[in-house]
Amino acid sequence: MPAMSESWRPAASREILQLRARMLKDVRAFFDQRGVLEVETPLLSSSCTTDPNINSFSTRYQYQGLYLNTSPEYCMKRLLAAHGDPIYQICKSFRDDELGPNHNPEFTMLEWYRPGFDMFELMEELGDLVQMLASNYKLNSSIINKMSFAEAYHQATGINPYATSAEECLSCALKYGIEQPAGLEDDIDEWLNWLLIQLVMPTFQTDGFTFIYDYPQSQAALAKLYKNQDDFTVAARFELFYGEIELANGFNELLDASEQRHRFEHENIQRVGAGLPPSIIDENLLKALEHGLPACSGVALGLDRLLMLLSGADKLEQILAFPFSRI
Amino acid sequence: MASYNTNEFKNGLKIMLDGDPCSITENILVKPGKGQAFNRVKVKNLKTGRTLERTFKTTESVEAADVEDINVEFLYTDGEHWHFMEPETFEQHAADSVAVGDASKWIKGQESCVMTLWNGAPLSITPPNFVELSVTQTDPGLKGDTAQGGSKPAMLETGTEVKVPLFIDEGDVLKIDTRTGEYVSRA
Repeated sequence: MPAMSESWRPAASREILQLRARMLKDVRAFFDQRGVLEVETPLLSSSCTTDPNINSFSTRYQYQGLYLNTSPEYCMKRLLAAHGDPIYQICKSFRDDELGPNHNPEFTMLEWYRPGFDMFELMEELGDLVQMLASNYKLNSSIINKMSFAEAYHQATGINPYATSAEECLSCALKYGIEQPAGLEDDIDEWLNWLLIQLVMPTFQTDGFTFIYDYPQSQAALAKLYKNQDDFTVAARFELFYGEIELANGFNELLDASEQRHRFEHENIQRVGAGLPPSIIDENLLKALEHGLPACSGVALGLDRLLMLLSGADKLEQILAFPFSRI
Repeated sequence: MASYNTNEFKNGLKIMLDGDPCSITENILVKPGKGQAFNRVKVKNLKTGRTLERTFKTTESVEAADVEDINVEFLYTDGEHWHFMEPETFEQHAADSVAVGDASKWIKGQESCVMTLWNGAPLSITPPNFVELSVTQTDPGLKGDTAQGGSKPAMLETGTEVKVPLFIDEGDVLKIDTRTGEYVSRA
């Protein structure tokens, strides 16, 4: 038997490579059937995300500084503003400082946009896609659970995440005997994320899909805000998990250019506060929003993580031809 | 004071935790989706040998531990201290019984050991994985005596007792695995 550990060799087996090829074919057939156009946008960009929790790789063309895209979102929105067609893209995305069992610094992303869809309609379509793939491959269960962020949070912790405080999160951590990570102080979103990891996600069905929607407005990212039935302003944002593995993040997209600029600037303030350089804001995206983005929902799905689940692997490096350790 | 950012974390990195020098044995990025990332690390406390788990908000920095490993040869013990020498520089280091720990069970002199220094002072001694030691006392083995699973105690020249097969006699030189404290073979 060849030693798989030899560093020149691929980490993934032939069967996994074949499985990836089949998955990509099935994904393309799914969107082809539904009349969604495949597009390609550049991986290089002269601006980068302002998200303080995402670090971009930088490179250059001659003397011009450039970044590798962390997702194809901004260029795809420029296409939407120009033409309004439903579009999808399968491309590499790059994130610095992200390496682990479920992270590789470059990864394959499937991102698509549906003009006229609200968040729930896009969740339906995403559910259809993953159920189709799950039934074609080795995944045991394709049950889909849907819960609002508040329902999931309340069941697991008793906290209302739309109206809580760092103090309440701290006392919850003490009550459940959860470690308090070094550096975690009074930032409510950091606390909410920590309790989500420690207490809420472990309640998700281990062999099924779970949608979480209606995120706290402070975690809206590029999602629209709206009032839910309990009169809390929430973000029209959702995430899809299988067990505790996050697979996808989607928004009913924010259309308002000035609100978008305000959010970018606010994130840059957070970046500076965290000792990070402020990011160059993507003026072309803002111009596209000013021109007018059709009301739409969009979602990004990590195809490597999905392949990992479909193949029964438990680490990303088992399903990548050449994971980061072999490049 | 030197420090490491969480994005410099890797196995073997030496950091200070609760006032003790520790070595990272596992470092896992915890970042399920958007939002703040965390590093969940397993560390070995280099003073106590205990393993503990700790989580850091990513972007935190942690004080570096001034820890280094040097190759030394064991010279002798005067009962209170164990004396080692760096073979290249002939520089000598004296370690107390806390630092030598279980290594004292396996070394008699001239073994190549790894000495871990913390702020320049001996913190621990790692003996070679395998040592060869002679048997100073053991009962004669009886043929067909399998009542004790085919083994018997034997005293080694370092004063350590190990389980050996019944055919081992006094004066035999044995190969011992110091990581498990078990007999491997006759040398």
